Amino acid sequence: MLSVQGLESGYGRARVLFGISLSVEPGELVCVMGRNGVGKTTLLDTVMGVLPATAGMVAFAGEDVTRLPSHRRVALGMAYVPQGHATFPQLSVLGNLLVTLEACRGPREALEEALETFPRLKPLLKRSAGFLSGGQQQQLAIARALVTRPRLLILDEPTEGIQPSIVIEIEEAIERLHASGMAVLLVEQYLELALRLADRFLILDAGHVVHSGTAADLRQEETRRLLAV
Amino acid sequence: MEAFVNQLPIGISIGAVLLLIALGLTFTFGQMGVINMAHGEFIMAGAYTAYLLQDLTGRMAVIVALPVAFAVAGLMGLILERTAIRHFYGRPLDTLLLTWGVSLVLQQLARDLFGAPNVQVQAPAWLQGGIGTLPYNRLFIFVLALLTVAGVWAYLNRTGQGRRMQAVMQNRGLAAVSGIDTGRVDQRTFFIGSGLAGVAGVALTLIGPVGPTLGTYYIVDAFLVVVAGGLGSLLGAVVAAAGLGLLNSYAEFWSDASLAKVIVFAVIVAFLQVRPQGLFVLRSRALS
Repeated sequence: MLSVQGLESGYGRARVLFGISLSVEPGELVCVMGRNGVGKTTLLDTVMGVLPATAGMVAFAGEDVTRLPSHRRVALGMAYVPQGHATFPQLSVLGNLLVTLEACRGPREALEEALETFPRLKPLLKRSAGFLSGGQQQQLAIARALVTRPRLLILDEPTEGIQPSIVIEIEEAIERLHASGMAVLLVEQYLELALRLADRFLILDAGHVVHSGTAADLRQEETRRLLAV
Repeated sequence: MEAFVNQLPIGISIGAVLLLIALGLTFTFGQMGVINMAHGEFIMAGAYTAYLLQDLTGRMAVIVALPVAFAVAGLMGLILERTAIRHFYGRPLDTLLLTWGVSLVLQQLARDLFGAPNVQVQAPAWLQGGIGTLPYNRLFIFVLALLTVAGVWAYLNRTGQGRRMQAVMQNRGLAAVSGIDTGRVDQRTFFIGSGLAGVAGVALTLIGPVGPTLGTYYIVDAFLVVVAGGLGSLLGAVVAAAGLGLLNSYAEFWSDASLAKVIVFAVIVAFLQVRPQGLFVLRSRALS
């Protein structure tokens, strides 16, 4: 479904990614792990076209999307929830969802489905997104991505800095989406969460993939050492 | 007290003019952050459009001129955005110099096409006369300003295009990954902002002569309204325009025209010292 080969990228002259390859098969949940500053967010940004790739290829559903602008990738079925519960702060919760729905010309039912995933948002539809709590904003951010009915959902640390009760809700939502057959590419720092959710994982260090394998491999001592903080 | 009451409609009508000329800037400057010095020349283009149309369309000239001027100025803005400004996004100083140059070129172009002396647009008969101290043409501008504000508000808050425009201005990166074609939204924003300058230009023909430097005369006031009101805030622009209009009118009554200008500038400078972000700030947890 998603295939990344030899991807290189960075900011200006500072290179961050040095030839990353990975793949996400349909319905698979792949978790990208690694310490701070190893290039996880840069990888997702480049996969999504927020940053241009300086070398390598990104293919989605058999199509080379390396040079496509972000909004065209969304139209193909990729959805991205960037780090830090990003919303359109002065739009209402409903406005946040509608603007995405209209941009991708989706059916109204897609919006209802997204709200079913996070029922907590239903009573807040008229509130400005900027005034929600961080956890609510993150739920809105994921719901906004779901409105496009993506085939691949890309999440960047969806539980970072969120109160524990909502972390559980978000985790369960990701689990349900995965179970319903959606492919997920997840960046996550919490080993426990990754162990519970992921089919496969890869570990980045200094812009390289240093380790990859199944969830079972992740339990081994060796892997834990690579992630040691 | 009588003087106070008499100056009130004058102040409000100055405010209405300020609001009309500033409204376009709330799009291009307020929302997009582009300092477009050629905005004044789009006002001028709107005014000359009304001048060219007046012989063709007779009694309804002003009404016909409004949409035509919107289209003319809007297209000029769109061409400027596509050919030049978009290459300078995120570089305000370069944009300022570039658009200033464009502004001078457009002024010279107007001189070549229409001659250096001012021309006059004849106000239609139904706009001559007035109620008390308030002439009909001023009243027309006031109503036009109100309708334009209502239209802009409805566009931003009640249409999908307006919602996309807000989304891009509030979080460009997120808008792109939400499937919004941000380049297209930029073009549309620039078209509408410039088009509104054209509408303001038509309104200005009702209260004064039209010349190549018409825009230069108003551009500073327009920027002041947007900055004092708070960038990108529609309500802020309305309140700031009304406030500046009234201030100008009373200051002019109690002193004279040039001293009034000094007083207005002094008040704005003082105000921005206390509140550099302007009257209304778009606030939220995410931004605080």
